Amino acid sequence: STVLAHSLSRIVKMAFALKTACPTVAAKASRKTAVVCRAGKYDEELVKTAKTIATPGRGILAMDESNATCGKRLDSIGVENTEDNRRAYRELLLSAPGLGKYVSGAILFEETLFQNTKSGKSMVAVLNEQGIVPGIKVDKGLAPLANSNGEQWCMGLDGLDKRSAEYYKAGARFAKWRSVVSIPSGPSTIAVRDCAYGLARYAAISQAAGLVPIVEPEVLLDGDHDINRTLEVAEAVWAETFKYLADNKVLFEGILLKPAMVTPGAECPNRASPTQVADYTLKLLRRRVPPAVPGIMFLSGGQSELEATLNLNEMNKSPNPWHVSFSYARALQNSVLKTWQGKPENVGKAQEALLKRAKANSDAQLGKYDPATEGSTEAAKSLYEKGYKY
Amino acid sequence: LLIHSSFPQFFIRSTKMQATKTRAAQRAPVRASRTTAVRCVAKGFTTVEKQNPYAEELRRNAAYIAQRGKGILASDESNATTGKRLASVGVENTEDNRRAWRELLYTAPGLGQYISGAIMFDETLYQKTRDGRQFVDVLLAQGIYPGIKVDTGLQVLPGGRGETATQGLDGLVDRAKAYKAQGARFAKWRAVIKIGSDGCPTTTAIHENAHGLARYAQICQEAGLVPIVEPEVTLGPGDYSIEETAYWSERVYSHVFRMLNEYEVMLEGILLKPNMILPGLDAPVASPKDVAKYTVRTMRRAIPPSVPGIHFLSGGMSEEESTTNLQALNEEYPLAPWSLTFSYGRALQSTTLKTWAGKPENWDAAQKILVALAKANSEAQRGAYKGPHPVPGGGRILQALRTGGSGK
Repeated sequence: STVLAHSLSRIVKMAFALKTACPTVAAKASRKTAVVCRAGKYDEELVKTAKTIATPGRGILAMDESNATCGKRLDSIGVENTEDNRRAYRELLLSAPGLGKYVSGAILFEETLFQNTKSGKSMVAVLNEQGIVPGIKVDKGLAPLANSNGEQWCMGLDGLDKRSAEYYKAGARFAKWRSVVSIPSGPSTIAVRDCAYGLARYAAISQAAGLVPIVEPEVLLDGDHDINRTLEVAEAVWAETFKYLADNKVLFEGILLKPAMVTPGAECPNRASPTQVADYTLKLLRRRVPPAVPGIMFLSGGQSELEATLNLNEMNKSPNPWHVSFSYARALQNSVLKTWQGKPENVGKAQEALLKRAKANSDAQLGKYDPATEGSTEAAKSLYEKGYKY
Repeated sequence: LLIHSSFPQFFIRSTKMQATKTRAAQRAPVRASRTTAVRCVAKGFTTVEKQNPYAEELRRNAAYIAQRGKGILASDESNATTGKRLASVGVENTEDNRRAWRELLYTAPGLGQYISGAIMFDETLYQKTRDGRQFVDVLLAQGIYPGIKVDTGLQVLPGGRGETATQGLDGLVDRAKAYKAQGARFAKWRAVIKIGSDGCPTTTAIHENAHGLARYAQICQEAGLVPIVEPEVTLGPGDYSIEETAYWSERVYSHVFRMLNEYEVMLEGILLKPNMILPGLDAPVASPKDVAKYTVRTMRRAIPPSVPGIHFLSGGMSEEESTTNLQALNEEYPLAPWSLTFSYGRALQSTTLKTWAGKPENWDAAQKILVALAKANSEAQRGAYKGPHPVPGGGRILQALRTGGSGK
């Protein structure tokens, strides 16, 4: 009877293998425990997309500001917040000639993913022609977290599977979800846990829909804590995040991370040099990020354009087990906005400003950035806003 | 002082703010009201460097043991297990014979070129050579750091599946300090996870073993010993596939590391001793290429780069298999952030023992075999092993699961 059971189970096993044609082995029906079979239809594509975004000398342009936040940007240069103006601004960014040399991915807001340029070409087509992978912000924003210290949680899981499928159809190939953790608020255990949990569930759903998830638990810059405290909290947040990612069987070779660099809080009197920031940040990464993760794309989070570039450069002075690069919004767009001022005659100059910053960060990714090439002092201006709403 | 949730600053107890903002809140009594206000306290979240004076020493010692081109000699068999080994070559299990056998190993000329650490059993740590030199001194003179097994054996978990927990936490901090004073620089604790049969591994077994490893690691670091963290997903009967071993190994390591993080173990100051990813004993033996592919994939998914060394156990692989698999690993991932190296017991000792067989006239030959095996594995660590192997062929070297209390 054991021989029979053995043969039967082998037949079942073969049947499973033929049926699913998945790279891993299906459950042996004779054993009570079911073993995982990664029926991940998009696994190979996810790995390929992640690797493409994580190529040397390239990083991500984050331009997924909500309509309200985009409005604030436009407002700062006296431009009215209309759909056409938002379109014009995003078109300016995406069609900067040769942008794809320095930028491997662009995160879009939902509106932009479905927009066309003035000439009627889709934004997605423009990106694909530039060799830039289109990405999409999929979270639904932050809300107050009950019974916490005035902390927030990130919403967006409801219907995410369907939305993700739509985004994939529209041409997006990676997704982004931003949770936040506040050091002045503790942070409390429930805030950290919810942050990690939400990210893990979002990541699993994204991968099932063919989108590479960017995992972003942003430890906010707000506060007067020193760099040691930031390291402690960041270590705890990433430990929790990887815990839930593993439990949700997320494929690590098909994700990207978007951490904050480890710096002192914005109001801390003791500032840190780029060497210190690099030291602390690499320590965090080495302690928490397995080498299977192909790329770590840092957020700028309110650092000046110059700081963000210098710090990134320092981290790339010697080889790392993962691609260490940028996913900057404010630190790439600030000079662009100031140059454009909403005027069509400034588009060319504004695009040059974008390319200049993109190149600087590309050099930083290669550890080759030379600060002497910076002319303006605009780049050195802090972009920190207390209580910043993305 | 009634505490409202709208004034979180007054009662957030963070390491920084405690001194300045919360002293007033600490002195004032909390007035009990019908609805007790929630004291929102910041979670610990401290790094070990803050409170451990041995942090730098741990980092240095771990880096030394994990240096490229070297590995660990595991010679920490309990007296009972050693007795079984000696019996297999017709040698009586006496203290002097055990001492002589270990003397053979530790005085092998040139061993220190390929071995950076030797794990010892309690008895051995205090033993001397025939001419009166302490083993720890003999080892250090060779550039080999002495290590000490500190667990007190496996105990079967209830549930009837033969799963085990590892014992040894009681009194560990004092024992660890004593071992350090005697000259030990690192410690070892072996947890065993069984897979391939009904319901194995259970969540209980995974949690229990991960917890034990983390507490042991924390205590050792507290006492200044580098802990080798050994979650062995054991090579056992059954025809479970290499994929299945990979799957369970990933789950186990994920739990081990989350516990290490919770107990604030400094990862730069530990070494890992995992199993290579192999299919069950009743499945066809996997090629070195496949072993390498799955093992490297699992390590890349589970082990943060801070861990300086991953010292694979041989766990029943033949001596040649242990070397060729290690070579394949280093060919697969030559730029690994951790050293992909060895901590071999049977794969270094098996033929050495058979060559000696307790006879003084075989002493030199036995030592030569040991050093040749160590050299082959050292080359494999560098991805430079070409063969022929000092002990080619050879079948699996299996042993029954050791359970019971201390000293068994």
